[in-house]
Amino acid sequence: MTVIGKPLPRIEDPPLLTGQGRFLADLQVPGMLHMRVVRAPVALGRLGEIDTVDAAAMPGVVAVWTAADIATLPPVDFRMTRIAGLEAYRQPLLARDFVRYVGEPVALVFADGAHAAEDAAEAVFCDIDEMAPRLDPADGPGAFPTTDEPLSGEPATVTKAYGDLDAAFAGAHAVIEVEARVGRHSGVPLETRGALAVPGEGETLVLHGAAKVPHYNRDAIARMLGRDPATIQLSEGHVGGGFGIRGELYPEDVLVCAAALRLGRPVKWVEDRREHLMAANHARDQRYRLRAAVDGDGFLRGLEAEFITDQGAYIRTHGGTVTDLSAAMLPGPYLIPAYRATGHIRLTNKTPAGTYRAPGRFESTFARERLMDAIARRLGHDPLAVRRRNLIPAASMPHDRGIDALGTPLVYDSGDYADLLDRAEAHFDLGGLRAEAAARRAAGEAVGVGVALFVEKSGLGPRDVVHLRVLDDGTVEAVTGVASIGQGVETVLAQIAAEELDLPITGIRVVHGQTARIGYGMGAFASRVTVMAGTAMQIAARTLRDRALAVAAEMLQSPPEALCLGGGTVIRPDSGATVSLAQIAAHAGDGLFSEGVFDADHMNYPYGVHIARVRVDRATCGVTVERYAVAYDVGRAVNPMLVEGQIVGAAAQGIGGALMEEFVYSPDGQPLAASLADYLMPSAAEMPAVEVLIREDAPSPQNPLGVKGAGEGGLTAAGAAIAAAIDDALARPGLVRALPVSPDRLHRWLQADRSRGDVPMRRCAPKTI
Amino acid sequence: MKCAAFDYHRPADTAEMLARLAEHGPEARVLAGGQSLVPAMNFRLLRPAVLLDANALPGLDRVQADGDRLRIGALVRHAAFHLPVADGPLGRLLARTVPYIAHYPIRQRGTFGGSLAHADPAAEWCLIAVLLDAEVEMHSQRGVRSVPADGFFRASFTTDAAPDELLTEVRLPLLGNDWHVGFYEFARRAGDYALAMAGAALQIGRDGRITAARLALGSVAGRPLRLTTLEAGLRGELPGPDLLREVAAGAGALVEVSDDIHASAAYRRDLCGVVLERALRQALQSLPQDAAA
Repeated sequence: MTVIGKPLPRIEDPPLLTGQGRFLADLQVPGMLHMRVVRAPVALGRLGEIDTVDAAAMPGVVAVWTAADIATLPPVDFRMTRIAGLEAYRQPLLARDFVRYVGEPVALVFADGAHAAEDAAEAVFCDIDEMAPRLDPADGPGAFPTTDEPLSGEPATVTKAYGDLDAAFAGAHAVIEVEARVGRHSGVPLETRGALAVPGEGETLVLHGAAKVPHYNRDAIARMLGRDPATIQLSEGHVGGGFGIRGELYPEDVLVCAAALRLGRPVKWVEDRREHLMAANHARDQRYRLRAAVDGDGFLRGLEAEFITDQGAYIRTHGGTVTDLSAAMLPGPYLIPAYRATGHIRLTNKTPAGTYRAPGRFESTFARERLMDAIARRLGHDPLAVRRRNLIPAASMPHDRGIDALGTPLVYDSGDYADLLDRAEAHFDLGGLRAEAAARRAAGEAVGVGVALFVEKSGLGPRDVVHLRVLDDGTVEAVTGVASIGQGVETVLAQIAAEELDLPITGIRVVHGQTARIGYGMGAFASRVTVMAGTAMQIAARTLRDRALAVAAEMLQSPPEALCLGGGTVIRPDSGATVSLAQIAAHAGDGLFSEGVFDADHMNYPYGVHIARVRVDRATCGVTVERYAVAYDVGRAVNPMLVEGQIVGAAAQGIGGALMEEFVYSPDGQPLAASLADYLMPSAAEMPAVEVLIREDAPSPQNPLGVKGAGEGGLTAAGAAIAAAIDDALARPGLVRALPVSPDRLHRWLQADRSRGDVPMRRCAPKTI
Repeated sequence: MKCAAFDYHRPADTAEMLARLAEHGPEARVLAGGQSLVPAMNFRLLRPAVLLDANALPGLDRVQADGDRLRIGALVRHAAFHLPVADGPLGRLLARTVPYIAHYPIRQRGTFGGSLAHADPAAEWCLIAVLLDAEVEMHSQRGVRSVPADGFFRASFTTDAAPDELLTEVRLPLLGNDWHVGFYEFARRAGDYALAMAGAALQIGRDGRITAARLALGSVAGRPLRLTTLEAGLRGELPGPDLLREVAAGAGALVEVSDDIHASAAYRRDLCGVVLERALRQALQSLPQDAAA
């Protein structure tokens, strides 16, 4: 039976398509209180007295808390990439002594209704002695004010290096420098965050609204509240998108738990969109300076990179993750014999930043691919030819970079980069695209094509576990500790089980995100679910099959190897006798059960190519993406339809980051893109039909399925490809140095060029290349 | 994002509405389509103590020609203009403009009169009203009055309407077939507030020369702006691409433009000329080919 590789419809869709979805805001519990967060109105200031008297006296208000009410609770700790020295920069649950960004929680109102809570929140008055905020991390390390001596505003730098860089530059034919900047933007799930904590018998607590990493968050909340993790249960309902930012542990999650326990009533908090855009993790916002030493053939001998991550006001759960990944993944698919990257983590008075789909790769790919275009320009080579020359050859796989990423050795496990580039070029008729764009330019349009290459990473370990059990009705229930943020986990895992058990995928029920059902789980991030839980599922399903055949052998009085399992029954072919899985489970006494555990100490590395064709309106400076294509080698596509969906959705976010999405701040640190009228995400009207080429030429040797993660690669090279396409459209190589390319920004660049007199005026006949 | 508490009334006729308005005055807001008012209430940018729902008022949902005017009832929904509501250039101009108003579901609810009363500087109907010298009719217990659009819009979100007045009708001139009309706007995404928009109406004489011109810019300042200097410069001229380009290029310099996170003043000033030229070009498209010089 071949189930793996089929584009089967999603088994999780019926409730979502029939209005039966149960998202956090849908949950109602008798006696429930609503929590409203009072947030800092200024970017930096000394926090004085907080007057809660009026608010506490308002109708329906049960309690009003400030930091003084939760003085014993520690700040939210790091989940990943803990770097020494970062601890002092963790975010307190409620601001104490200082407020450090607009939107920082300073007080909480608990009331009988959401309206009453919001009314009372307006009556909380904070005495704040405003200070000048720090908004530009390029100013220098800066300072992080405390009640004591200020701390440095640069708590850590991350350095990754290999090879002899000095020798590379000493012997260089040319040294090429580029600067590249990626704006501040983030994932904006359709469903905002939310949490509902329900106290139970004997000091137990259930927290609904979990996503992404329920088990980790259960343990972290228990640690912070000083409780046994066994008394806390996290439960994931339907989740309307994650993208890296949803499901991390935020102050609000801990606060609803603390409140439910102390007030003895269920406490619900649902984030509104305005809060979301200033409270949930921001991301990106890096600026790079790259220096490359190249030889006369355009071969990269060495690369030196320095970059700044604008971390925002605090360091949240991700620690140094984004900076670490940026430095590790910057070299991408190219050989680069000598390399050094230094990443500065710097604090500013903005919403704290974390990981957003393709963290560190969207940014570093933009910088690196801008560099490759600059090298091609300087040496007079074709941009694709320069890239081809530098690609790591298939014969060098696995390729050990000699550095690490997220604490694991960075070893590209498999890949034939040149082959994928050839295939993408042919499949999407890149030559034809470029010729067509050139012809349209000659006729006066500003149309261009950009190509960018990338390497992704996926399948972060260390472990995942799947429990399989045959239920009374013969359904196979799979319980796993991964989470579903909407990406199709149930279908993919069911397909892997179905393959082994020869069942329809509808005969398998996948339970995820429930800490009460399984003790261990790493969750859904880093494109890890299919790799880790998928492999654990395969192991569990094989064990279950062997177990079923062994029990059936007893029942049918036949050696197990003579029996066939299929369609939920075991058949003895010579006699035609059958027993169903349900009968086998009943016969087995303790039920039919298996466990699959998969461990991995290395990530794996999918790779791909993005191609964009854009049209620039020279007069309005508006950019239209006319075509978008992604070629991606994911090792093995368990469900190609879902892989395609991941790529298309990610490409939309990439196009958003390249052209539209940006958290803009006023000079005094007020967020100016705090609604969806000003924070612009692409809509259907702005999206071309994304063309997808899924390849399975380089299965991962690190898991028996050969799978690599597919969740992020649709995004990774979008900024780079669109930037190159805009350069090409305007015949202005190197024009795009920053994202997003808003019309205003493009207008400014073109004006600057015009004032230097080196670009044709709008009315002149356009140049062609 | 929960609105502050308010009292809600749904008057059954205009007399009751006017009585309520007289009673509550500045504390009250009239609810028409609610597509701007309700979000502003949820953001708590507006917190009327009393919400007076106009949707049950009879007779305000009609569009009708009356002599040389088109009378548009205040409750006529945007979507009503997708198909021309009148033969000739006016119906065409309204139909060309309406697709730019937000998104389809919003156009099903939002109203013509509500848009004018709200006076968002980026509202397409406000631009059209100024372009065509609309008359805005308002009722109160004190009586009825009509104000020309130019006097109606005072500043961003500010009109000449008194707190006890109800906007009931807008009257636009039914342009003759010698008028040629165009509308263009540039927004970052479909349905977004425009960064700049322009309307153009040119009356062309038998000799092919422009006998009258109306030009207006929207979304560039606190209220829509007529470009009377440029209009005067067009009169008596033969319309052609070069003339239009030259005229449009001067638009930005005439306007004190606003800036925001999506458009700096310098960029917006350039956009003024771009959108005006495109609106003018569209207007000329309905000219017989040999008439365009």
